Amino acid sequence: MSSEPKTLFEKVWEQHVVVEPKGEPAVLYIDLQLLHEVTSPQAFEGLRLAGRKVRRPDRCIATVDHNVPTTIAGRLNIVDQIAAKQISTLRKNCADFGIELYDVDSPDQGVVHIIGPELGLTKPGMTIVCGDSHTATHGAFGALAFGMGTSEVEHVLATQTLPQSKPRTYRITVEGELSRGVTAKDIILAIIGQIGTDGATGCVIEYAGSAIRALSMEGRMTVCNMSIEAGARAGMIAPDEVTYAYLKGRRFSPKGAAWIEAVAEWSKLPTDPGAKFDRELVIDASELVPFVSWGTSPGMVAPITAAVPDPAAAPTEQERKGLERALEYMNLKAGTPLQEVMIDRVFIGSCTNGRIEDMRAAAHIAAGYKVSTHVSAMVVPGSQAVKAQAEAEGLDRIFREAGFEWREPGCSMCLAMNPDVLQPGERCASTSNRNFEGRQGRGGRTHLVSPEMAAAAAIAGHFVDVRTWEVKQ
Amino acid sequence: MEPFRTLTSLAAPLDRANVDTDQIIPKQFLKRIERTGYGEFLFFDWRQTPEGELVPEFVLNDPRYKGAQILIAGKNFACGSSREHAAWALSNFGFRVVIAPSFADIFFSNAGKNGIVLVRLSEEQVNTLMNNAKTIANYQLTVSLENQTVTDSKGFSATFEIDPFRKFCLIEGLDDIGLTLRHEADLDAFEAKHNQAGWLKAK
Repeated sequence: MSSEPKTLFEKVWEQHVVVEPKGEPAVLYIDLQLLHEVTSPQAFEGLRLAGRKVRRPDRCIATVDHNVPTTIAGRLNIVDQIAAKQISTLRKNCADFGIELYDVDSPDQGVVHIIGPELGLTKPGMTIVCGDSHTATHGAFGALAFGMGTSEVEHVLATQTLPQSKPRTYRITVEGELSRGVTAKDIILAIIGQIGTDGATGCVIEYAGSAIRALSMEGRMTVCNMSIEAGARAGMIAPDEVTYAYLKGRRFSPKGAAWIEAVAEWSKLPTDPGAKFDRELVIDASELVPFVSWGTSPGMVAPITAAVPDPAAAPTEQERKGLERALEYMNLKAGTPLQEVMIDRVFIGSCTNGRIEDMRAAAHIAAGYKVSTHVSAMVVPGSQAVKAQAEAEGLDRIFREAGFEWREPGCSMCLAMNPDVLQPGERCASTSNRNFEGRQGRGGRTHLVSPEMAAAAAIAGHFVDVRTWEVKQ
Repeated sequence: MEPFRTLTSLAAPLDRANVDTDQIIPKQFLKRIERTGYGEFLFFDWRQTPEGELVPEFVLNDPRYKGAQILIAGKNFACGSSREHAAWALSNFGFRVVIAPSFADIFFSNAGKNGIVLVRLSEEQVNTLMNNAKTIANYQLTVSLENQTVTDSKGFSATFEIDPFRKFCLIEGLDDIGLTLRHEADLDAFEAKHNQAGWLKAK
């Protein structure tokens, strides 16, 4: 049987369409749902009210990440009673409906998008959903993974499916070699800066090209993670030997003959030569530099060598007002070189940059230095496994000796639902994904950067071009 | 979900682009386990000072727009986080319709599940409505989902596109899970076959 060349997305999509009723969205089968404490309680309550069961508890896992404090004392006694209730509600819901929970004291606890891949739950060709917009992270394995709201969480719990209109396809090809000090984070910040926060609305992005293939799985996850910041439904990267090497031997990866069969199936997934995308963009990796966000939207980014832009140059009145408002909130003056912007806080962690490679990269920069006296810096590993691995490698010691706090895993100051919060007016170099007003605490000012750039800023007390950093050890 | 056919109401102009869901409902209100009661927290940081005083210039604090059930906003409305709490907050506050040049994808789904009608008009049309809502006292719009039109009494008239199935669900106020379960036999058959694909097993 001959057929049209297909994209990675189309292959995964077609393998999961249960039924496509005329004039209605396709009913898409979901292979894995990830759950956490914040967006699930109303979904379970909905099931109870309707007398429904969870159709496939074996295709669900849950963990606690958004609310949990990142100090040991804080975790033993969660002071915030509303947060504590949300966590205990998840416990009850998982027990009542038979869902495996990686609780706060589990060696597998962590940010939901970090533990999925770590445990080998995330695999190529799967459909994966979670009530969290950064679910696109799992697309780094060639899975179709997207975020959704709580009504949809309930829908998947009840039916293991989701009605979906077919998204359009968008291939972003990043060709060439990255310079030293330029990372996966800089690739995705550059893309969002170029196409805008609604540049990929309605689309699934496939990231392709030699610069993407050269990334580790950790780097690929960083790129896919922020697809939502470009408005995309999902981001995907074709599975290859790097993917298989990462997955082999993980707890829920196939073993023995099943592994061989799985690799054979996964190898059929990459986009066929000649397959058509609705949109295409090509980026030259060799031209990329470290990026820093300067505003209140992830599209407001600039190279570290640049200055804060001038709103007067905006093409429209509404955009000019938007830029002025952003600069006012950020307390920045147009024309200020970004390297002169002083910071108060540093946050290294999150589902964007809380993996072991991020810890290593930040420690490499920090080793032998001291955090600036006017900066308070924290490192929050993305999971218990990341934390254990980092400690085995002595990274925690490097951070502590440099004056960083070394914390327990969770989402932490990426969204500041737990006690890790910026004070009004504080300026933070953050490896997270959103710089919206108040994201890290009301009145707080967030600058998005890579782990390397965040570590260097912590030490210098202001942003620096990490390409010129003198590594001590 | 409350069915929607036609609504005539005051329209409130929120003249900002890229309004994100962190602004619509800040994170501290996501710790609750209830589905209702979010209206008072809508745009919390924009409506109130850190000291808890109302910000008079913010549109939803302006008595002229009290009771508005239609919100007019800039492009890429409700981008960012997937929190359905944003849709709950808008709905609990009393909004049934948002008019904007574009909406973020996840919010688009969430709004549909909560009976909120999202009307996409051109930038130019939205600018006209925004200006009218700012300058004309007691400015009312009529949104007909059945006819897919937005009209006012001053001669403005526009049609909008909406997916026919989404329109049907909004008009009937239908429960999505029930709709999917019409296909339960197909689902059972699909799942039995899908279970054989070992490489797609979660665990």
